[in-house]
Amino acid sequence: MTAHADTLAQTRQFAGGRRNIAGPSADTLRVWPLLILLIALFDLPLLFTLGLSLYGKNGFTLAHYAELLNTPAYLGVMASTLRVSLIATLVNALVGYPLAYWITGLDPRRRGIALACVLLPFWVSILVRTYAWIVVLGNGGLVNRLLQWGGVVDEPISFLYSEVGVTIGMTNVLLPFLVLPLYATMMRIDGRLTQAASSLGASSWTVFWRVFFPLTVPTLAASSLLVFMLSLGFYVTPAILGGGKVAMAGNLLDSLINQIPRWEMAAALAAVLLVITLAIYFAYARLGRWSRA
Amino acid sequence: MSSIRLENLGKSYAGVQAVRGVDLTVADGEFFTILGPSGSGKTTLLTLIAGLAMPTEGRILFGDRDVTHVPTVGRGIGLVFQNYALFPHMTVFDNVAFPLSVRKKKRAEIEDRVQEALSLVRLTGFEKRKPSQMSGGQQQRVALARAIVFRPTILLLDEPLGALDRKLREELQVELKELQRSLRVTTLLVTHDQEEALSLSDRLLVIDKGTVQQIAPPREAYLRPANSFVADFLGISNFVPLDGGKGVVRPERLQVELIGEHGSRGPSVTAPNATGRVREAVYLGQVVRLHVTLDDGGELIAAVSPAGPAALAQSGDAVAVSWQREHVWPLEATRSGAEAARRAAFHK
Repeated sequence: MTAHADTLAQTRQFAGGRRNIAGPSADTLRVWPLLILLIALFDLPLLFTLGLSLYGKNGFTLAHYAELLNTPAYLGVMASTLRVSLIATLVNALVGYPLAYWITGLDPRRRGIALACVLLPFWVSILVRTYAWIVVLGNGGLVNRLLQWGGVVDEPISFLYSEVGVTIGMTNVLLPFLVLPLYATMMRIDGRLTQAASSLGASSWTVFWRVFFPLTVPTLAASSLLVFMLSLGFYVTPAILGGGKVAMAGNLLDSLINQIPRWEMAAALAAVLLVITLAIYFAYARLGRWSRA
Repeated sequence: MSSIRLENLGKSYAGVQAVRGVDLTVADGEFFTILGPSGSGKTTLLTLIAGLAMPTEGRILFGDRDVTHVPTVGRGIGLVFQNYALFPHMTVFDNVAFPLSVRKKKRAEIEDRVQEALSLVRLTGFEKRKPSQMSGGQQQRVALARAIVFRPTILLLDEPLGALDRKLREELQVELKELQRSLRVTTLLVTHDQEEALSLSDRLLVIDKGTVQQIAPPREAYLRPANSFVADFLGISNFVPLDGGKGVVRPERLQVELIGEHGSRGPSVTAPNATGRVREAVYLGQVVRLHVTLDDGGELIAAVSPAGPAALAQSGDAVAVSWQREHVWPLEATRSGAEAARRAAFHK
């Protein structure tokens, strides 16, 4: 009798257990439509691009990658893309950090105005903004006229159609991506930390470099990385402010797709850019783990 | 070590007077507490002494040195905040070493003094931890070690135990007191917790609405409050008639006797000051608190021993309440008359 009852209880337990297992699988089922949508919209095109870069007349081939890495013109474009992106990121950090710091110190009303000024570019089309820089930086533009009027230079400086112009334009577009996260982090830093530091005998210089700055480094690194990755894919700004003289990956991709249709080379270039971005990202993630430990 | 002297100190923010006319001398090595409710100006007072804000009037002296316009960094004070304010990106060692390293001390000296400070707060062995890996009590000990490691002449504590739970708070109170006594450092504690103020301080200052209400040793402030605000803020106060005016008597000074069904009282109290009924009896472990509604409509709160017969009183029971005249402290209006004489009598 007792044995029988035990078995019965066990069976019930099993049945209960089975129901519990059935629960999550039903949930998984509900996720599928969205998952399929994501795969169809994001992953399939990416896989297709990768496939294109690996497919030749006779099926699978690495020839496109070989060509990419053996053609000085392509390598040159990749190098200048990396260089311009790096410089733009650096300039962004050098301008953005003090800007964010300055905004944090303002009274609430002025802080709102300053933040709105930083955000404003987000609301203006990138095309309009970039053309605006031509008005400002051109040979007959605002800056050159001021410099000549002030007697600083005799001949107009050609900011435009060079890496300088492209860097200025990119910094302007990307600045909010750096300033806003930094501003948020700086606002969150407890004022009592810096008060405590100065009460313990640290000069304001020391307070900044040993207490304030280290606390903002993770955000600075993360947002710089974001800016760098965004710079790699820039198209409009180099196209207009570079005037065809500054070739960046985005512009080369455009030529390879629209002018000299060699989609397999465009695909290979895109894949290389993706790998570079991922490599940087993983290096950053590892660095982050290491610094937290 | 250093004394602290405040002369007619005042501070107003945008026309609002946060603190006014504070005169105070804290002796060398004294444990002094500034006690007040939130918004009373006690934190303003601390920020002025710490140099985190500048006074709009008056002077601050550390010893003979006028520090009124000296910024925080030059005052040489150890400051401990309620939220600890430990540097989250530094280890315990680096946190405690911070005041020494900014003073460019030698590595060996820093090692020694950090170890000494950590052993004083009983945290030896925690050097490599990050603050986030420690409990609140441990973090507060680190903050304390950091504040004393550079041997400041003055230690300022802003609600240092406020964020801790009761048991831990009581433990740390004892440790803090021992530490202060062994270092002989002039210590200024800011708190809204009257028990903390009473148990730790040599003397305390009660502040309300930006003005000083009383400066006295804990016992005196508790038993002989300067006014009804101080009386109320420092503990439960019973206001009773006295010489045609008003006096205050503490709940533990009241004697309560249960009145029997036939109106018979116990033998000890022959003529009670008042009779009434128990509204609520609150058992608190060490003490039983009886809320008594008097026959004339008044209210008294008595604290009786849980071992005594009055502890058996239940809500609705008739009781007789009595007190001795010398345990009643006259409040301002009453005192103005024969104050001097009464005060002299009281002091005996």
